[in-house]
Amino acid sequence: MMKQFFHAMEATSWGTAVRESTWLFPTIESIHVLCLVMVVGSIMVVDLRLLNLASRQRSVRELTNDVLPWTWTAFVGAAITGTLLFSSSAMKYSGIWQFETKMCMLVLAAINMGFFHLGAFQSVAHWDQAPAQPPLAAKLAGGISLAIWVTIVALGRWVGFA
Amino acid sequence: MISQFCAWLSATSLSQHIQDAFWVIPTVQVVHIVSIAIVMTSMAMLDLRLVGIAGRRQSLPDMAARFLPWVWIALVVLLCSGSILIIGEPGRDLLNVVFWVKMSLLATAIVLTWTFQRMLRRSKTFWDRNRTAAILLGSVSLVVWVGIVGAGRWIAYVEHG
Repeated sequence: MMKQFFHAMEATSWGTAVRESTWLFPTIESIHVLCLVMVVGSIMVVDLRLLNLASRQRSVRELTNDVLPWTWTAFVGAAITGTLLFSSSAMKYSGIWQFETKMCMLVLAAINMGFFHLGAFQSVAHWDQAPAQPPLAAKLAGGISLAIWVTIVALGRWVGFA
Repeated sequence: MISQFCAWLSATSLSQHIQDAFWVIPTVQVVHIVSIAIVMTSMAMLDLRLVGIAGRRQSLPDMAARFLPWVWIALVVLLCSGSILIIGEPGRDLLNVVFWVKMSLLATAIVLTWTFQRMLRRSKTFWDRNRTAAILLGSVSLVVWVGIVGAGRWIAYVEHG
């Protein structure tokens, strides 16, 4: 089932175009890198605030309102460019464990974010401003997110060497 | 001249060690990319704030105090990790025109960032009073940083030496 899907992805016009062109892959990859550094960097800003290590004087809600729209925009860019790169050799990439683990890590990042939003973030009004500190659950979410995203970068780079 | 230097550098025992350990280059590249994430995001925030598109709830001096130290520290990490990558594969970088384009853009970006910081130190309201200069500096800086990231990836695809 999955094999057929990946095969169909490779056969799409865009998958074929990226595979056969000499300049499309590096160009799309450059945009992918640009998007992913913005995703990771902006998430780090939020995580470090949750860990009470940076931006301590800023309201958590104000900070997330300022930063997260940029994170999501960059994430959409990374997802689109990533799909294009993947479809150029879907069969090959889908069989690489670094790629599979990277996808699992993205799911973990989403679960961690979901837990945080439905959990600790519900009471953000109580710890929004210094000197109040984010609760342990928020710090944990920030720390886990930081670790997951660095792992995602590492796995992504590793796919290129596999 | 440069190719002789590359030949000498890749024959040094340090370079040999990096070449022999398969994990060094990928690992250092990951450190390099995470540092780029820090610099790129920090500079994008500051540049977009200068242009007036984002983060207007915060004053420019506050934002500069929050992000500029991270930019300079991450740049030092980038310099170190980048040097290790060059020592490991000198020809890939030093004989590559894209690498030198990237270095020229980097020099430009450092001058622009330093100018931003210096003017802000002289007067906290300098960039609020000189809007045209702020928009110009912010947009040029952003384009230059995007160019640095793009050139960095293209080094791997352009034939060298």
